[in-house]
Amino acid sequence: MARLTAVLATTHHPFYLKATTAPVEQQIPQAAEWKRKVEAYRETLTKAEPEILVMVGADHFHQFFLDNYPQFLIGKAPRYDATFYNEEREFGIPKYVLEGHEELSRFMHKGLLDRGFDFAFSNELKLDHSIICPIITTRPQADLPVVPIYTNIFAPPLPSPKRFWDLGRAIREIIDEFPSDKRIAAIGSGHLSLELGGPRQFRETGPDPEFDRQAIEWLSTGNIDAILANVTHESMAKSGNATHGFMDLILMMGIAGPIPAAYSDCLSLFHTMEAYLTWYPEEGAAR
Amino acid sequence: MSRYYVNKFLFTVDRDPDLLRRYKENPKSLLATWEQSIGPQLNSVEFSTVNSFTDAEREALVNHDVAALFEMGAHFFLSLTIFIAIYDEEWTARSGPLSFQKDFAKRLAHWEGRDYPPVGE
Repeated sequence: MARLTAVLATTHHPFYLKATTAPVEQQIPQAAEWKRKVEAYRETLTKAEPEILVMVGADHFHQFFLDNYPQFLIGKAPRYDATFYNEEREFGIPKYVLEGHEELSRFMHKGLLDRGFDFAFSNELKLDHSIICPIITTRPQADLPVVPIYTNIFAPPLPSPKRFWDLGRAIREIIDEFPSDKRIAAIGSGHLSLELGGPRQFRETGPDPEFDRQAIEWLSTGNIDAILANVTHESMAKSGNATHGFMDLILMMGIAGPIPAAYSDCLSLFHTMEAYLTWYPEEGAAR
Repeated sequence: MSRYYVNKFLFTVDRDPDLLRRYKENPKSLLATWEQSIGPQLNSVEFSTVNSFTDAEREALVNHDVAALFEMGAHFFLSLTIFIAIYDEEWTARSGPLSFQKDFAKRLAHWEGRDYPPVGE
């Protein structure tokens, strides 16, 4: 059976690449620290020696729009282009091509259907920055095949936080049952408190630093009970109108299970708190 | 009112460099063109007869009025992205980085602490 050697849950700040590759005199003051933290985080994936990546993100109205918006979708393509024109324009993110892993995509899709998750699917999926940002930060050589999973954290009505957790648990079971000797890592990106296009956007910190602190503690201690007792769509809206991306971090903890993270780091930037968490579900996998 | 159609406008224009340029340079003219030939399109063959703008929606789009669009429930991501594309460069040159984004927030300051207009459901 396949081995799940690492689970990563990270924020995806689309300006990381631009901020850390600009000429030094144009960089924000935190750029060097940001780069150090990201490179340390990258090492938590590298040492798990993954061979396939299950990538969890959320399309930001790039391929999907309100005429046909899936709650959950899996990519089943042999290959994935990434980065849309408006992401290159706004964030300076380059285009990528990632190899797919059709066998795991098929196995995953069937396993999800069998477990009551009626996923939409796509055979021609172009990936956006929710998946490419974590590739840039954690696997910049972009050399591993991926199975992309998209969630709706963006176009209400949204699935519940509990549903994201349960989906993570189901994905874990399916990875554990995948008949392969491959080493798999799961990487998902989301947000802590975040405001976009609203009165609390682009402040010195994220819109709700207290939520951010609490959320990192819950994730790093594997405390799903506290999350499900405290986090609702309404509570997330109070923390910032785009905070619902936190549910993708809940999903990732679902893949890991209710266990403490082996690695947890954060960085307060203008506009957001960045969080970097890694779990090693197999004891001793962190060699 | 068609919140969906407002979002469709923002979505289709933001992803097309030529439409975006025309929306920046002459919003009224681009909006008229869009209503005639782009908004109704489902694909290169099929057209929809279902949606149209109210006068208030037309006015908000023509005036790049971020506060009015917010209050109509236009999706926050679409509205932020398209107006950054249109205004960020000139505001940054004039008033420094993030000055447009901060001014955008200031125009919505009266919504802080209140429930925002819904963007869906």
